Amino acid sequence: MGTTTQALSTRATDARAAEDFDRRDLDWYIDKLIAVIVFVCGISAVLFVLGIFFFVTKEGIGFVFEKMDFREFFLTPYWSPSDAEDPEYGILALMAGTASVTGLAMLVAVPFSLGAAIFIAEFATGKTREALKVLVELLAAIPSVVWGFIGLVIMNPLLIKWFDIPVGLCVLNAGVILGLMAAPIMTSIAEDALKAVPDRYREAAEAMGATRWQVIYKVVLPAAKNGLLGGVLLGVGRGFGETMAVLMATGHAVNIPSSIFDSVRALTATIAAELGEAVVGGEHYQVLFTIGIFLFLITFIINLSADLIVRGIRKG
Amino acid sequence: MATANPTMFQASDLNHHNERVQRRYRLLFGLMTLLLITPVMLILGTLVVKGGGAISWEFLLTAPTDGMRTGGVFPALLGTIWLVTVALILSVPIGIFAAIYLSEYAGDNWFTRTINLAIINLAGVPSIVHALFGLGAFVLFFEFGTSILAASLTLAVMTMPVVIVATRESLQAVPQAFREACWNMGATRWQTIRRVVLPNSLTGILTGVILEVSRTAGETAPIMFTGAVFFTPFLPQSVFDQTMALSLHLFVAATQVPGIAEEVPFGVALVLIGLVLTMNSVSIAFRMWLRGKKKW
Repeated sequence: MGTTTQALSTRATDARAAEDFDRRDLDWYIDKLIAVIVFVCGISAVLFVLGIFFFVTKEGIGFVFEKMDFREFFLTPYWSPSDAEDPEYGILALMAGTASVTGLAMLVAVPFSLGAAIFIAEFATGKTREALKVLVELLAAIPSVVWGFIGLVIMNPLLIKWFDIPVGLCVLNAGVILGLMAAPIMTSIAEDALKAVPDRYREAAEAMGATRWQVIYKVVLPAAKNGLLGGVLLGVGRGFGETMAVLMATGHAVNIPSSIFDSVRALTATIAAELGEAVVGGEHYQVLFTIGIFLFLITFIINLSADLIVRGIRKG
Repeated sequence: MATANPTMFQASDLNHHNERVQRRYRLLFGLMTLLLITPVMLILGTLVVKGGGAISWEFLLTAPTDGMRTGGVFPALLGTIWLVTVALILSVPIGIFAAIYLSEYAGDNWFTRTINLAIINLAGVPSIVHALFGLGAFVLFFEFGTSILAASLTLAVMTMPVVIVATRESLQAVPQAFREACWNMGATRWQTIRRVVLPNSLTGILTGVILEVSRTAGETAPIMFTGAVFFTPFLPQSVFDQTMALSLHLFVAATQVPGIAEEVPFGVALVLIGLVLTMNSVSIAFRMWLRGKKKW
C-alpha cells in the first residue's frame, strides 16, 4: 500500500516534471522563433535600401547601358524629353537648379538654425525652452506640399510686389521656402548635438569663472563641432531631395540661373512632373529613373558622410 | 592677516566686459530664434485667415462639385485615412520588431552600424526616389497596379524609420536592471521583452506611431504614381482601388485646375495642416505626460 502510493506520487512528480520540461521547451522554441522574426525585421531597413537601389536601377539601367552618353547627360543644359524627333537629355540645368535652390536654402537655414539651437539648448531655461522646443517640432511637421502652396500663393505675390519682378516663382522663393522648411529639422539635430556634450564640461568651465557665452564658445561648440556639421549635412541632404515644395515654388523652367530672380527647375521636381506622362519602359521613363539613381547615390553619400562625421566624435 | 581685501568680491572691469558680451550674444541668438519662428507663424496666420472661411462640416463631409472647382473634400479625406491606416498596419509591426532587435538583441558591431546607416538612409532618400521605387517594385513588379496597397507600401517603407527610432529610444529608456531581474527569475529573452520591457515603453512607442501618422498623411510625391489620383468618382472599397488623397488634392488644386474657387486649395491646406499639427501635438502631450509619471 505504502509503496504503491509512493510509486504513484513518484509517477505524478515525473509527469509534472515532464510537463514542466515541455512547457519550458515551448517557451524556448518561442524565444528562438521570435529571435528569428525580430532579426528579419531588424535587417528589413537594409533590405529596403537595397530594394530601392535595385528597383530604381532595374527600371533605369537600360538607358545607362544603351543610349547614355555621360558627357551629354551631365554636361549639357538641354532638356527636351518629349521632342519626338530628337529628344535631348542634358541634366546640367536641372543640377544647377537643384544646387542654386539648395545653396540659398542653406544660407538661410544654417546660421539661423544654429543660432536658434544654441539659444534653445544653452541660454533658454524652463518654460521658454520647453515652449520653443515644442514650437520648433511643430514647424518641422508641416508637409512639403503645404510649403509649396505657401510659395505659390503667399511668397509669389510678395516677391512680385517687393522686387518688382514679373514672376515670383524663382530661386529666391524656393530657396527661402526650403530654408524655412529645413531650419526646424536642423535646429532639432543641432540642439541634440549640443545636448550630447556632457554637463560636466560646462560645470568645469563655469567653476573656473567663465560666463555662459565663454562656456558655449570655448567649450560646448568645439565639443559639439562634429555633431553640428553632421546635422548641417543631413539638412543639405533633405533640401537636395525635397520634391513638392521645389516643384511648386521654382517656376519649373529649364534654366541655368544667373540671378536669384530666375526661374529654375530641380532634378526631383522634373521626375515628379514628367513621370506621369512618360510611357512605361520608354526612353524618357528610363531617363527619369536614371536621374533617380543619381539622386539616390548623392543622398547616400551625403548621409554616409554625415554618419561618419558624427561617429567621429563618439570615438575620438 | 584676517582682513580680506575689500575689492576681492567686487567684479572687475573684465568681469563686466564679459558679462556685457554674454548678454549681447544671448540677445543675438534670441533674435535669431525669433526670426526663424516669426515668419512661419505669420505665414500660418495668413493661411488661417484666408482659408478659415472655407472650413465647415460641409467642406469636410461632401464631395467636390462643378468639375472639382467647388465643393468639399470628403473623398480626399477618406482616401488619406485609408492610405495612412494601411501604411501603419504594414509598417508599425515591422518597425517595432526592428527596434526590438536593435535595442535588445543587436551587439555594438559593424553589422548594427550598417542597419543604423540603412535607417538613416531610408529616412534621407528623396521622397521622389521612394516614388520611383514604389512604381518599379509594387505597381509593376508585384503587379499591385496603382492602388491603395502599392501607395501604402511605398509610404510604409518611407516612414518606417520614424517608428523604429522612437521605439528604440523608448525601449532603451527602460533600465537594464528591470531586464536583469526578470532574467534572474528564469524568464527567456522574449518573455522579458513582452512582460517587462514592452509594457514599460508602450507610451513611447505610441508617441512614435502618432508621429508616423502625421508624416504619412502629409506625403505627396510617393503616392502620386503609386495609387493616389486627383479625381475618381468612386470611394475606395478595397486596398486594390485607387483613391483621392488630401496632399495630392492640394497640389493639383493649387497648380492645375483653372478657375477653381480660391478658398478650396486654402481650405485643403488648412485641413492638412490641422491634421498634422493635431497629431504632433497629441504626440508631444503624450510624451510630456509620460515624462511626468515616469517611475524610475
